Amino acid sequence: MKLGKIVGRVVSTKKLPCYDGLTLLLVQPLDQYKKEAGPVLVAFDTVKAGEGDLVFFESGKEAAQANPNGWFNPGDAAIIGIVDAVNAEEAP
Amino acid sequence: MIVGRVVANVVSTEKHRHYVGHKLLMVQPLDAYGQPKGRALLAVDGVQAGIGDRVLVVDEGGSARSVIGDEGAVTIRTAICGIIDRIDIEEQHE
Repeated sequence: MKLGKIVGRVVSTKKLPCYDGLTLLLVQPLDQYKKEAGPVLVAFDTVKAGEGDLVFFESGKEAAQANPNGWFNPGDAAIIGIVDAVNAEEAP
Repeated sequence: MIVGRVVANVVSTEKHRHYVGHKLLMVQPLDAYGQPKGRALLAVDGVQAGIGDRVLVVDEGGSARSVIGDEGAVTIRTAICGIIDRIDIEEQHE
């Protein structure tokens, strides 16, 4: 899992049926100080997250398993939770 | 397994049902000499670790589920499976 921030939304009409009803969101991965860490990616949403939300997301096979339309579907990133707070050590 | 240091505690209310009741911690991976290496990741805690602890992390689904003792939690991939007391290693040569 990684921490991230929703920075946008992807709209797609022609897509695989397994993505029907799912929101595709753009996620910017973040480090513990909420600084950008790595390239933006697209993840499907399972928790009704929206733009600006701090979230955590899963990648790989486990992300595909979170698809509410069934587990045997393609997908390599899923938003799993909305983050309320990150209690980190002070930045160096 | 990854050696890392717990750098933050992450609080989440709205989350996937598989994660309910589990503590989430952010772990900075370390190299063999304790220097930060790579990007921080989140892991479900299986050993009551806390901020500052050096820990062992499994980043593989089957192992993570076995650590937390819930084989049905198929969306969980990363878990903390141990707190490290000490690492014995040769001195670093440049």
